[in-house]
Amino acid sequence: MLKLPIYLDHNSTTPMDPRVLEAMLPYFLENFGNAASRNHSFGWQAEEAVDYAREQIAQLIGADPKEIIFTSGATEGNNLGIKGVYEMYASKGNHIITSTTEHKAVLDTCKHLEKLGAEVTYLEVQPDGLIDLKQLEAAMKPTTILVAIMYANNEIGVIQPVKEIAAIAKKHGALFFTDAVQAVGKIPVDVIADGIDIMSFTAHKMYGPKGVGALYVRRKNPRVKVTAQIDGGGHERGMRSGTLNVPGIVGFGKAAEIAKTDMAGDTERVSKLRDKLENALKLIDETYVNGNPAHRLPHVSNISFKYVEGEGLMMGFNKDIALSSGSACTSASLEPSYVLKALGLGDDLAHSSLRFGLGRYTTEEQIDFTIKAVTDTVLKLREMSPLWEMFKEGIDIDAIQWAHH
Amino acid sequence: MAYSDKVIDHYSNPKNVGTLDKASKSVGTGLVGAPECGDVMRLQIEVDEATGLITDAKFKTFGCGSAIASSSLATEWLKGKTIDEAVKIDNMDLVEELNLPPVKIHCSVLAEDAIKAAINDFRVKNGLAELVFEQSHV
Repeated sequence: MLKLPIYLDHNSTTPMDPRVLEAMLPYFLENFGNAASRNHSFGWQAEEAVDYAREQIAQLIGADPKEIIFTSGATEGNNLGIKGVYEMYASKGNHIITSTTEHKAVLDTCKHLEKLGAEVTYLEVQPDGLIDLKQLEAAMKPTTILVAIMYANNEIGVIQPVKEIAAIAKKHGALFFTDAVQAVGKIPVDVIADGIDIMSFTAHKMYGPKGVGALYVRRKNPRVKVTAQIDGGGHERGMRSGTLNVPGIVGFGKAAEIAKTDMAGDTERVSKLRDKLENALKLIDETYVNGNPAHRLPHVSNISFKYVEGEGLMMGFNKDIALSSGSACTSASLEPSYVLKALGLGDDLAHSSLRFGLGRYTTEEQIDFTIKAVTDTVLKLREMSPLWEMFKEGIDIDAIQWAHH
Repeated sequence: MAYSDKVIDHYSNPKNVGTLDKASKSVGTGLVGAPECGDVMRLQIEVDEATGLITDAKFKTFGCGSAIASSSLATEWLKGKTIDEAVKIDNMDLVEELNLPPVKIHCSVLAEDAIKAAINDFRVKNGLAELVFEQSHV
């Protein structure tokens, strides 16, 4: 029997893997020690557990365990990575390059630094969502201290040419930071091969617990340092003070270990389901897949159903299927997704988009149900859509003078 | 955000979806909103020349559930009313009936605007001056 509701919002968060929960449990009641307590067995046990997790996480990304700085999540990691570099390397320059499709945790951090005197270049993306390497090269300056480009996008799943970006940054003496929250645990990420200097990621996007993340900070070639944004006891090599979230870190470690062993199998299975879903939905007229289809995470599909509004569309099945829309009809701003707009999509297509995020526990039965529910609702709402009727009559909707509200 | 039962009911079983002959002299058509804003409503009324009563009303809406529900309810209210009565339909009545949250009030405003636009279209077609309306409650 198909159990409802179906969860297809794995870019937002993932359920915990039961193996992760099991690994965490002893660290709540029995082994509750503070990893910074150096004088008794409770502390030693906690420290040992943290060290083990650090090793598991480092192995997933090809890093040295000493290069892992634990944080509360990727938002903190993005803040620490970018603000920390800006402060630490102030004597070298004040220019940061990022892109318009970054997560708000990166964009708003950059905006904050602009107020403090940083110069920030926001690279536009191409219609497929990827940045233009020539534009990046042209934007580099002697004062550029940091290039901050995400590994994979949270809305459309496109994977940026990270190696090439890293090479350009290195050539110009700048550091390369990447927000890899959507990529780590889903696709192979190797900080050495990719040339990454600083990278933020988080446990809850890879079947681990919420509230724990990590910042990779390179120790060799070059040795990178970031100025702490939270002051205190000098934990995490002085870069992030605060008592470590031991159970969370243990869970993060376990999640990383599972991601490493299960990645190939998960990817093969999930990408087949994603392709099945996408191919079936593409059979509906006037349906467009957003983002570069070749350079994309295996579990994401972002589709615009023209002439149907995304939130109205979701209402047709949201008691049974949980997913996200690029429409922002729920927010007071009425502005649709800035990521989709950055691709050059008209507001109408941005308003008409759904993001399907599959995961480790997604089944074929769930996908079959979803295909039917989405198709039925699109067809039903198009019968109700004045724009669809105009399109069918051959009226050029873009040529109409709409009265803007 | 959860929708009210009434919004869900209108969304699931919308009343009066369809199209009237916009070339007909007895039909008034209002097309309001914009695709870029995520809401487009087309509301049509058919007026009986002899009695001045609205005998039929139809809508098509591109928008969220609240926009669909607002237009569906508006067509229900329009039927059987005179033009003068129809002009008095206030967006806040729709808000109250559908229990719309504050972020969805613009959907009701759009429905009120669509009613007024349809009435004016009918008036112009029949040689009457356009009515000038006050801003509705946003």
